[in-house]
Amino acid sequence: MQFKAMILDNAEVSPGYWRMRMTAPAEMLAAKPGQFVMVRVNPSIDPLIRRPFGVFDVGMHQPAYTGAVAQPYLEILYRVVGKGTGMLSDLHENDILDVLGPLGSGFDNGPAGEEKLIVGGGVGLAPLYLLAKELVKDSPVRLFAGGRSKDDVLCITEFERLGVECYTATEDGSLGECGLVTKVLEGRLDATGNKGQICACGPHGMLKAVAAIGAKRSVKTQVSLEGYMACGMGACLGCVCQGAEHSAENPDYRCVCTEGPVFEAAVLKWEGN
Amino acid sequence: MKPDMSVEIGSLKLRNPVMTASGTFGYGEEFSQYVDLEKIGAFVTKGLSLKPRAGNPTPRIVETPGGMLNAIGLQNVGIDAFIQKKVPFLRSVNTPAIANFFGYTPDEYAELASRLDDIPEVAALEVNISCPNVKQGGIVFGTDPNCAASVVAACRAATKKTLIVKLSPNVTDIVEMAQACEGAGADALSVINTLTGMAIDLERRRPVLANITGGLSGPAIKPVALRMVWQVARAVKVPVIGIGGIMSATDALEFILAGATAVQVGTASFVNPGAAQEIAEGMEQWLAARGIADIKSLIGALEG
Ligand SMILES: Cc1cc2nc3c(=O)[nH]c(=O)nc-3n(C[C@H](O)[C@H](O)[C@H](O)COP(=O)(O)OP(=O)(O)OC[C@H]3O[C@@H](n4cnc5c(N)ncnc54)[C@H](O)[C@@H]3O)c2cc1C
Ligand SMILES: Cc1cc2nc3c(=O)[nH]c(=O)nc-3n(C[C@H](O)[C@H](O)[C@H](O)COP(=O)(O)O)c2cc1C
Ligand code: FES
Repeated sequence: MQFKAMILDNAEVSPGYWRMRMTAPAEMLAAKPGQFVMVRVNPSIDPLIRRPFGVFDVGMHQPAYTGAVAQPYLEILYRVVGKGTGMLSDLHENDILDVLGPLGSGFDNGPAGEEKLIVGGGVGLAPLYLLAKELVKDSPVRLFAGGRSKDDVLCITEFERLGVECYTATEDGSLGECGLVTKVLEGRLDATGNKGQICACGPHGMLKAVAAIGAKRSVKTQVSLEGYMACGMGACLGCVCQGAEHSAENPDYRCVCTEGPVFEAAVLKWEGN
Repeated sequence: MKPDMSVEIGSLKLRNPVMTASGTFGYGEEFSQYVDLEKIGAFVTKGLSLKPRAGNPTPRIVETPGGMLNAIGLQNVGIDAFIQKKVPFLRSVNTPAIANFFGYTPDEYAELASRLDDIPEVAALEVNISCPNVKQGGIVFGTDPNCAASVVAACRAATKKTLIVKLSPNVTDIVEMAQACEGAGADALSVINTLTGMAIDLERRRPVLANITGGLSGPAIKPVALRMVWQVARAVKVPVIGIGGIMSATDALEFILAGATAVQVGTASFVNPGAAQEIAEGMEQWLAARGIADIKSLIGALEG
């Protein structure tokens, strides 16, 4: 689906991280956790290609003034890293964006009642909020959120409000445990005897560590990947990643935008990547 | 009054001059949600080879000012899977599908041409000659007039369908290449494929693309493409299909004035998946607003 979205709110939630709410067609309410949108930052040719962002949240927006009709919204959570995200952060209420989505596959929710361990690094939390919102309906959910410092651990109160038990870790010790969030995750798996399933999104190094933990302990693990995307619909073949059996002789490339971005960790190749 | 937008490329009749470019529109189906395929002139499939090809390692793409570099490495499903999985969709659409293909020896090219000739759903063939010739030290077919002519002649002998040859811009004299391909039996020429370029990550002191170099496409290449279309169209009798950085109806009409009979829309479909249809409609409106009855009257109508 392609639509014009009007920005309802665009605010810096932590230094360098922004949360943007925009109008969306009602179909967007059916977006699955883990799906993403491709946003055209402006109508000019620089930046030229769209930028992909996970769906952070969808819902009904109730304007503050009385008598106004509620209307569906889409939210993204983004980190300013370059030209396109910088321009996004300069936009204001009532500005218009061109959006494609929802795109890609979502997370598989797994059996009801089973413990869900969701792991996010930095802005990797973006697609996990909508996931947590879904999962708390029928399962106990624990969030393991990591970042370099406390400024990189986002929206924890929102997760807590859903009833998610949150664990945090920072590399500089400014919030929660000092060190990597994967250590905290292992602590929980030790305590429960490797029960439940893992859903993770974040920097590649973190996903690789999480995939290794899941493999070693035979815990089903899903990861949401990134790839450099030009189209988001399986046409440019720019976004591919390697399947587990990939080799120079028997290449096995998977399309992140259509087959992913969520994959079972076990189907991907991790060593050397 | 509705202007006549139809054009002919060889024996191929198009309802309007707007096609989608190879490698930017999948096999058509991917875009059917965003484009009414029956509102465009034709669509060109991702380049096909005899065997499936996996393509290059990543990163394969990087944006550059007003454009993008790609080094996909011609990843494609191969001719067998194309026939099995993709052709049924082509049958369901009342718009000509043009199969783009490439090989590594003239024999491979000929075999593909012959197999594509057998597929009724394939309306025409577009041969990509921007590939290395493995039999001759890897020289790119499309950069040597004799090499290019040998490939085109081999394909010509293998198919009766309209044979379009897609030229590489990475040459000193595009006119010489165009004439060699026309002489070897091409029914039309697509001008241009991507321009070889490169991007560097200064802090890491490394090339951005895993393949080091890649093909530049998008608005950044439009002036070069226009110039090449203009040069080629004056020098050959066969129709020319203009390609390179077309984002709007006005861009497309400039190519027609420069001598193109039709155009292809590439990178623009990534930015706006409905681009090809919007461009076709915009061209028609432009003609109607000026009382121009027939698009064909604009082909090569550049003055001065
Ligand atoms: C499926 C998916 C979901 C994502 N979700 C989020 C999210 O929810 N929040 C968030 O902050 N970021 C997310 N990203 C990353 C985000 O798309 C990039 O940070 C953004 O595109 C950078 O744009 P820029 O113009 O600011 O950076 P640029 O100045 O263009 O480049 C900075 C870096 O960003 C990356 N990048 C640039 N363009 C693209 C592109 N088209 N596709 C992928 N990576 C690119 C490259 O690694 C590049 O080196 C997601 C990426 C993918 C693939
Ligand atoms: C991602 C990508 C893949 C492409 N793949 C092919 C291909 O398989 N065969 C081919 O002949 N041209 C291929 N091209 C070239 C385009 O068809 C077109 O000639 C070029 O992009 C210039 O047009 P544009 O500026 O409108 O994109 C590809 C271009 C891009 C961007
Ligand atoms: S982004 Fe184009 S194929 Fe995935």
